Amino acid sequence: MGDHHHGPAKGLSRWLFATNHKDIGTMYLWFSFAMFLVGGAFAMIIRAELFQPGMQLIRPEFFNQMTTMHGLIMVFGAIMPAFVGLANWMIPMMIGAPDMALPRMNNWSFWILPPAFLLLLATMFMEGGGPAFGWTFYAPLSTTYAPPSVTFFIFGVHILGLSSIMGSINIVATVMNLRAPGMTYMKMPLFVWTWFITAYLLIAVMPVLAGAVTMMLMDIHFGTSFFSAAGGGDPVLFQHVFWFFGHPEVYIIILPAFGVVSQIIPAFARKPLFGYDSMVYATASIAFLSFIVWAHHMYTVGMPIAGELFFMYATMLIAVPTGVKVFNWITTMWRGAMTFETPMLFCIGFVVLFTIGGFTGLMLSIAPSDFQYHDSYFVVAHFHYVMVAGAVFSMTAAVYYWLPKWCGKMYNETMGKTHFWISFIGFNVTFFPQHFVGLAGMPRRIPDYALQFADFNMISSIGAFIYGASQILFLYNVIATIVGGKPISDEKVWDGAEGLEWTVPTPAPFHTFSTPPQVR
Amino acid sequence: MRLLGDNPVALTVAKLAAVVVIMFSFVFVVMVPLYNVLCDALGINGKTSGQRYEATVIQIDESREVTIQFIATNSDGMPWEFRPTQTMMKVNPGAVNDTVFLARNPLPRDMVAQAIPSVSPARAAEYFHKTECFCFNNQPLGGMESTEMPLQFIVDQDLPRDIRTITLSYTMFDITEMALDAVASR
Repeated sequence: MGDHHHGPAKGLSRWLFATNHKDIGTMYLWFSFAMFLVGGAFAMIIRAELFQPGMQLIRPEFFNQMTTMHGLIMVFGAIMPAFVGLANWMIPMMIGAPDMALPRMNNWSFWILPPAFLLLLATMFMEGGGPAFGWTFYAPLSTTYAPPSVTFFIFGVHILGLSSIMGSINIVATVMNLRAPGMTYMKMPLFVWTWFITAYLLIAVMPVLAGAVTMMLMDIHFGTSFFSAAGGGDPVLFQHVFWFFGHPEVYIIILPAFGVVSQIIPAFARKPLFGYDSMVYATASIAFLSFIVWAHHMYTVGMPIAGELFFMYATMLIAVPTGVKVFNWITTMWRGAMTFETPMLFCIGFVVLFTIGGFTGLMLSIAPSDFQYHDSYFVVAHFHYVMVAGAVFSMTAAVYYWLPKWCGKMYNETMGKTHFWISFIGFNVTFFPQHFVGLAGMPRRIPDYALQFADFNMISSIGAFIYGASQILFLYNVIATIVGGKPISDEKVWDGAEGLEWTVPTPAPFHTFSTPPQVR
Repeated sequence: MRLLGDNPVALTVAKLAAVVVIMFSFVFVVMVPLYNVLCDALGINGKTSGQRYEATVIQIDESREVTIQFIATNSDGMPWEFRPTQTMMKVNPGAVNDTVFLARNPLPRDMVAQAIPSVSPARAAEYFHKTECFCFNNQPLGGMESTEMPLQFIVDQDLPRDIRTITLSYTMFDITEMALDAVASR
């Protein structure tokens, strides 16, 4: 290979053998959007069934598969790969690196994802149906009483765990070794910082998830009794192991979202981010605390009172660094020369709705009242406020913010704003009433419900259809931009945007920063 | 080929890969045993002691009765008939009680089985003492034979007063192959 620059390969081999961080990032983003639509379709089936009380459209067993697959696909197939895709695209450009540190491993960590999800989706066509034990797959539902297809589910989780681990190792290796001269740690953009910390979380807890499903596999096929009380094991152990992975997992989902919002709000407030250092320390504190709060998901299993209190206080402590972040975002906007383009609208929507989700999280953290809220629709409302209005809104904001840079064309602003308002209204119509039915006692994961919940569920379903439809508008807008958007050539797409990614030409060329920039 | 130390990226990857291996092993060698130790120390997951209990002070609490329920189940693939002779007993805390479980091997070959106990509610486990139990040893049984398996237990006088019913569950496991292996390797 000579010194000359070479462009992308032609045809399918460009994607199959891709080692370019931009191509791999693009594949991750499209894959996650496809999964988002699949998981969303499952959610539509759930909401259609819950439109009225009584069994209307589907059988309860299939309903259980829908809730399970919706959760698994959205968490592991949509949100996580979307942020990995964004990391692939943006981290090298933000730190002035020519590519990711390990381009071939990067290729592999993407290409094992589609088979993992094909395997997972294929279980639905197998005898006994797909996983129907909830996305948390508590034993013994997922061991003794699981459908035979659970083995494929376990293998699928192993593969996607491997993919996440390799992706994270790549990100840490890139950030530690490939920063441009002068790009010290405390000069890195916050999106890079949050992903750097997220990658460490992933490296620490994805093996724990692998361990949990390996124990399930051994219980099912090799006669061990990790989770079977009959054989001297304990099903509660499963919950401890799962949530030791699961709680850091929710921060794995939300920390990159924090990073995105911390990039976009300063750009449209036309002010530097308020409290950069405190943002970094708050992110690190949240990451640390995420390891010592897992049992707040299982207050009702019969823990000693000292355990309940420890996990309650530790959980409440997380509100402090999270509060610092919300304070900093609001202070960044304070007296800024604000404009409200689509990315900014999604970020403001994020700050408002994520804060509501944070407050309901605080309510859930209080052990004595959690006994009432546990496994009710209140929990469903809470985590959709932080997962959808948190992670998905910020991801949408990121796409609108960087899409012009990626493809050199401007999206349709009116359509973008319409997308925001339909999403915002649809989302709240869907999930706000779920707080009420939850507090009134409607349990989650049920295909039928008592009559007094009928009205709120109908409102919820209508909201869900509106929110679902607005994503089609999003897809249309993105495709229309790529195919026939108004070409732009300014390096800086947004006049308030700061950072190395805005110093390269628009659209971003196949290779950027082949010679590292000097950062002052 | 360059040494690992010369290449900073390879060094980072090696360290991180080590973390992955450590965390995977952590689940098996730390989390599971630690959980069992903690549950044992705190008496919270319904596991009774596998050791014979030596009664210290014998003082029968005549003021209350506790209902003891017996459950016997077979693990997957275990063909034995296994059941308690009494499904329920009313006992006074502090008193020594006896009962018998029945087992029959319906197959024409010799088998060895092991019963694993579990107590519910879990909080009662540390107050349920077995002075004699068939679960302390494995149970060899010839083809088509049956046996009576004794259980002697004391419910502690200190059992919290709000616990009025205790369920003792046994699950019978086929350990014939394990037992044969142990004999063969001796």
